[in-house]
Amino acid sequence: MITAPFEYARPRSVDEAQSLLNKYGSDAKVIAGGQSLIPLMRLRLSQPTALIDIQGIRGLNEVRRDNGSVEIGALVRHVDIQRNAMLRESLPILVEMSNDVGDNQVRNLGTIGGVIAHGDAAGDYNAVALMLDAEIITNKRRHQARDFYRDIFTTALEHDEVVTAVRFPVSTGRFAYTKFRRRLYDWAIAGVAVQETGSSWRVGYVNLATTPRRGSAVEAALAGGASAADAAAQSGSDIDPTSDVRATAEYKRHLTQVLTVRTLQKATMAA
Amino acid sequence: MAVTSMIGARIQRREDPKLITGHGNFIDDVNLVNMAHMSVVRSPHAHARIRSIDTSAAMASKGVVAVLTAADFKPVIGGPLPVTNSFVADKKQVPEQFPIAADEVAYAGEPVAVVVADDRYLADDAAQLVVVDYEPLPAVMDIEKAMEPGSPLVKSDRPDNIGWDAAFPGGDIDAAFAEADVVLKQRIGQQRVFPTAMETRGCVADYIPYDNRCTLWTSTQVPHFIRLFVGGALGVPESQFRVVSHDVGGGFGAKLRPYPEEYLATAASKLTERPVKWIEDRTESLQATTQGRGQIFDVEVAAKRDGTLLGLKFTQLLDIGAYHGVFSAFQVVACLLGGGCYTWKAINARSIGVFTNRMSTDPYRGAGRPEATHLVERIVDLVALELGMEPAEVRRKNFITSFPHTNNFGLVYDSGEYAKSLDRAMANIDYPALRKRQEELRAQGRYTGIGFSTYVEICGLGPSSATAPAAGIALVESSMVRVHPTGSVTVSVGTHSHGQGHETTFAQIVADTLGVPYDSVEIRHGDTGDTPFGYGTYGSRSLAVGGMAIMASCHKVVEKAKKLAAHAFEASEEDIVVDQGRYFVRGNPSEAKALAELAFASYGAGLPEGMEHGLEAVSYFDPPNFVWPFGCHICAVEVDPETGGVSIDRYVAVDDCGNVINPMVVDGQLHGGIAQGISQALFEEVLYDDETGQMLTGTMLDYFIPTMAEMPHFELDRTVTPSPTNELGVKGIGEAGTIASSIAVINAITDALTPFGIKHVEMPARPDRLWSMIKEARA
Amino acid sequence: MTQSVAMTINGRRREDHVEPRLLLVHYLREVAGLTGTHIACDTSQCGACTVLIDGEAVKSCSVFTVQADGRQVTTIEGLAEDGVLHPIQQAFWNEHGLQCGFCTPGFIMAAAYLLRQNPSPTDEEIERGLEGNLCRCTGYENIRKAVRSASQAMNRAGAEPTAQLVGSAAAPVED
Repeated sequence: MITAPFEYARPRSVDEAQSLLNKYGSDAKVIAGGQSLIPLMRLRLSQPTALIDIQGIRGLNEVRRDNGSVEIGALVRHVDIQRNAMLRESLPILVEMSNDVGDNQVRNLGTIGGVIAHGDAAGDYNAVALMLDAEIITNKRRHQARDFYRDIFTTALEHDEVVTAVRFPVSTGRFAYTKFRRRLYDWAIAGVAVQETGSSWRVGYVNLATTPRRGSAVEAALAGGASAADAAAQSGSDIDPTSDVRATAEYKRHLTQVLTVRTLQKATMAA
Repeated sequence: MAVTSMIGARIQRREDPKLITGHGNFIDDVNLVNMAHMSVVRSPHAHARIRSIDTSAAMASKGVVAVLTAADFKPVIGGPLPVTNSFVADKKQVPEQFPIAADEVAYAGEPVAVVVADDRYLADDAAQLVVVDYEPLPAVMDIEKAMEPGSPLVKSDRPDNIGWDAAFPGGDIDAAFAEADVVLKQRIGQQRVFPTAMETRGCVADYIPYDNRCTLWTSTQVPHFIRLFVGGALGVPESQFRVVSHDVGGGFGAKLRPYPEEYLATAASKLTERPVKWIEDRTESLQATTQGRGQIFDVEVAAKRDGTLLGLKFTQLLDIGAYHGVFSAFQVVACLLGGGCYTWKAINARSIGVFTNRMSTDPYRGAGRPEATHLVERIVDLVALELGMEPAEVRRKNFITSFPHTNNFGLVYDSGEYAKSLDRAMANIDYPALRKRQEELRAQGRYTGIGFSTYVEICGLGPSSATAPAAGIALVESSMVRVHPTGSVTVSVGTHSHGQGHETTFAQIVADTLGVPYDSVEIRHGDTGDTPFGYGTYGSRSLAVGGMAIMASCHKVVEKAKKLAAHAFEASEEDIVVDQGRYFVRGNPSEAKALAELAFASYGAGLPEGMEHGLEAVSYFDPPNFVWPFGCHICAVEVDPETGGVSIDRYVAVDDCGNVINPMVVDGQLHGGIAQGISQALFEEVLYDDETGQMLTGTMLDYFIPTMAEMPHFELDRTVTPSPTNELGVKGIGEAGTIASSIAVINAITDALTPFGIKHVEMPARPDRLWSMIKEARA
Repeated sequence: MTQSVAMTINGRRREDHVEPRLLLVHYLREVAGLTGTHIACDTSQCGACTVLIDGEAVKSCSVFTVQADGRQVTTIEGLAEDGVLHPIQQAFWNEHGLQCGFCTPGFIMAAAYLLRQNPSPTDEEIERGLEGNLCRCTGYENIRKAVRSASQAMNRAGAEPTAQLVGSAAAPVED
C-alpha cells in the first residue's frame, strides 16, 4: 500500500525540530532512518500528518567517551556502531548486538535514536539501555532508562521531544547476547543479553514483554551465588511474553531460561 | 535425430543479460500513455453481507476517474470466473464466483469495489474512502468443522460446505488388510502455504473503445487461458484480444488461472476508456492470490512382518477455500499417487473437498504430488519403525521394479530404477558412517536424524486420453517453427516460461534438431498475438509436451527441406542424407547444402512442382502417456532438544528426469524446488484467526520465507533413465525437488526424536512445536 | 505540497519536485524511468528494491525520495560500464544465480555492497551479508556460488573491487 500523505520538514537544529513538532501538533512524527516507521506507514498502521526529518541536524551522529560513560548520538546508525573501534572497547555488547539488528540495508539507515524513540520491546538496544541504566538524552531532559519504557511502543517521550543521544556506562566486563529467531534477520523470538559489571551481572530481555525487560530476579539470584541454571529459573518473573505467529508464550518462557543459561555460559567462556 | 551438440550442454541462459542489468520487462514495467491505476477495495471480513457501499467520498477524492462496484461491472463482465470440471467430474456443487462480490463476501480479501485514479498513490488514497457497510456473518475456517452437519455455511446460498466427495478404489482393500501382520494409522497434515512468487500479480488492460479490441498485459503462466476466459467474459473474440506476458517473476502455480483483477482491470479500461494498471502489493497478494496445500490425510496401512506393504487406505480432506480454485481439484491426484514407488495389493482413497471462508487453494509447485510423497514416505517410515527395520530396506523390498508398471488406479509408470537412485544417494551421504555418528552423538545427548524420501511423480500433462475424461481439457501443446529466408529461425510456443529458461533450452533442442547455429534460433512465448494456442506452463509439462511439439515442427521442416534438397540436387528424396543441418546426396557429402540455403530457395522461384513457398510448420503434440521422474533424497538434521531448533547438516539428492537438455538449468530447478519443500517442512504456514477469520500471517514479516542462511548446500547427483514415451527421452524437473523434499526433512526430524518415543512430526516443524512434543514425551 | 530534490543517479544529476511521500523506489522507477529496481514486499523484508546510496546498500522502498536529497544513488542500471558487465553480474550469469530474475537486481546490489566491505567473504559472511534479500527460485545455492565466484574474480583481477561503484562508504563516526 501507499503511505498516507504528510507534510515534510528538514530542520537544521534540535530547537527547530522542536518548534516544528509544536507547529504540526501531536500527529507529527520525527523520522531518522525510518526503518521501523516507513514499513508501518506503508501498511497505513501509522499515518503521521507531518514528518520532521532530523537527519540534517549536525552533531547528532557522534560517539564520545568521557568519565566512564559513552554517549552515542541519536543519528548514529547500526552500521556505525558495528564499525566503531572505541565502542568495541567501551561497550562491546552494543557492537555485538548491532551485528544482529535487521540486515545490511537496514543497518545502513536505522539509528540508535530511532530504536530508542520507537520503544519497541523487540528493539535489541532497548534491553541493553535498560539493564545498564542508560540515560536517554532529549532536547528537554534526561530520562533514566528504567523510567522510560512505559508500555507497548510507548515511552516517556512527549510529542515535542527529540532523542538526541543515549549515554551508557562504559561496560568492559564479560558479556554475551543471544538472539533466537527462525530466520537470520527476524526479530528475536527471545533475546537475552548479559553483561558483567564489577562483580555482578546485568541481564536484559528482548521481545519478551510489551516493553524491554531487565532480568532483575535473575540478577538477584546470581548475586546471591546461584548457578546459571538456578538463576535462569527465576527468569519467569522478569518477563511476560505472549503467544504469536512465532511461538507460544509457554515456549518463550522455557526458551528464555535455556537462553539465559547459554548466554551466561557464553559470556563466561568467552573471557 | 541429429548428433547432439547443444542438447545436454551446460550453457549460460540467454534470458539473463537483460535480467542482470535491470532491463527485464516485468508487469510493473509496462507503462502506457494516459494510463490510470486501479486499487481494489477488499473485504476485511471472512464472511459478511454487504448492506451498502458508499463511493461518494472516494469519487470526490483527488485524481479519481471512477469508483466501480459489482453493479457497474455486471453489464460488462458476462459471467463468472471459470471452474473447469477438473479432475473430480462429479462435484457436489460448483458455486459461481463473479469477479467482484455483490452482496455477500466469503473470504477476507474478496474484492468489493475498485478505484481507478490518475496514479497509484491517488488510487490508494481514494480506496481508503470507500465506505462499505458489512453485516458480519459466522465464518468457518476449519475443514472438519465445516464438514459437520449444522456448520455455518461458507456462503448462505449453499446447501452445505462440501465441494466434492470422490472415491478412488484401487483393488480389493479388505483382502489386502486381511493378510496384514500390522496395521498402523496416522493423521498427516499439509498446512496452507503461500506460493510467494517474488513478483506479485498485476496487469495492464488497454481496451480500445469503438473497435472492441483489447490488449491485456499480465503476469501469468497461461496467457492463452487468460485470453480464452477474460476475452470471452468481456465479449472480445480471440482474434481481437491479445494477452501479453513478458518476463514473469515466478509463478509456482499461483499464476495459472484467470483472476478477478484481470477481469476487473479489463472491464475498468472499457468503462473508463483509459488503459488501466493494477499491481498487487504484497499484503494484498497474501490475501488474494491462491494458496497451496491445505489438506489433512487420515491414513491406514497394512503390512506383513517381513516389511511387505499390502494395503493403503486414506482420506484426503482438502480445504478448497470459499470458491473452487480453477484447478483446485487437480490436487486429488494425491490419491492416485499415494502408493508412491511401491507395489501394493490394493489402495483405497477418498477425497473430500471442503469449502471454508478463506482464499481458494489451487496448485502450488507439485500440486498433489508433494502431498502423496509426504504421505507414503511418512507411512513407510512408520512401518519400518514398527517392524524394527531399516527404512531403506522397507523401501527396497517394495519398490516397483518392472516397467511399464500399471499402478492400482490404472496409471502407467513409464520407466524407473528406484533402487539405483536409493543406492546412489546412500553412497553419496555415506549412510553407514552417518548412522554410526548418530549413535555416538546420542550417547552424548545430541539428537541427529536421517530422513529418506524415495519419490516418483507424474508429470508431462497430459495425454488428452487421460486429461480429457478427468479434466475436460486436452492439455496438448503447440509450436510454430519458421525458417526465415536467410536461415534464422523463429519458434513460437504455447508454453510460457517464468524463470525456467525455456528460451535457452528450447533453442538448444531446435539447434540440434534442425542443425542450425544455436544463436540463429529465437524462442517466442507469452504473447497470444504471436504464438499458437497452448495450455501454458505448469505440471512440469513444458519440455515433455511443449518440447515435443517443437520437435514435431522441426521434423516437418526437415522433411520439407529434404524435398528442397532433392530438387536442388536433382536426386530422389530417398537419397538425401541429413547430417547436422547439412543436406547432401548419399555418398557425396562434399556437395552439401545448409538449411539456410534451402530456406532461401524455399522463398524463391523454381520450386518443385506443387510445392508451396516458405519453410515453416505448426504442430500440436498430444503425448501418449504421462512421464514419471523419480529419485531419492536424504536429509540429515540435528535437533536441539532444549530449543526445538532444527539444523540441516546435509542434503543429498539423486534425481532422474530422463535425458537432460541443460544440466545447469535442471540443477537450478532442483535447488529451488528442494528449498520450497524444506521451507514448508520448517518455516511456512498461513495462519488465520479461527474466530475472526483474519489472516495472522499477512506480511512477509510474519510469513517466513527463509533467507540464504537457513538453506543448506544441496548435494545433487543424477541417474538417467530416459522416458520411452517421447523421442527426446525426457521427463520433467520443475516440481521434483518440492515433491521430494518436505518429507526428507520431516523423516529426518522424526528419526532424530525417536529416542523420545516420538513417531510422527507435523509441518512446519516449528521450534516451539518440537519442544512441546519432546516435553510431553519426556513427561 | 511538493518538495524539490536533487540527486545524482548512476552519475547523472537530476532535479525534480516530488511529493514527500514518494518512495525512492517509485521515484527511480516512475520518474527517472529506471525500472530495474523492483518491489516485492511492503515491509522491507525482501530486498528486491536494494540500491546504493553514497555507496551503501539500502532498501529503496523504505526511503522517501526527499530523504535521498543531495545523495548519490546507484541502481542496477549503473553497474555495468561501457557495455561490460560488472564481475558480479557476470558471476550471476555464469553460475545460474537467477531464474525468474525478479529479485536479482536487489541481490546484485546487495552483493556489490557486501564485496566492497569484505572482498573475500566466507560462506557464512555471504549469508549474513545477503540476509536482507529473498529469492524464491534458486534455493540460494547458486547465488552463494555466484558471490563466491565474483569475489574470486574481483580479487584475481587485482583491481580495486568496487572501482565501478559510485560514491564512498561513510567513514565510521569515530574510530
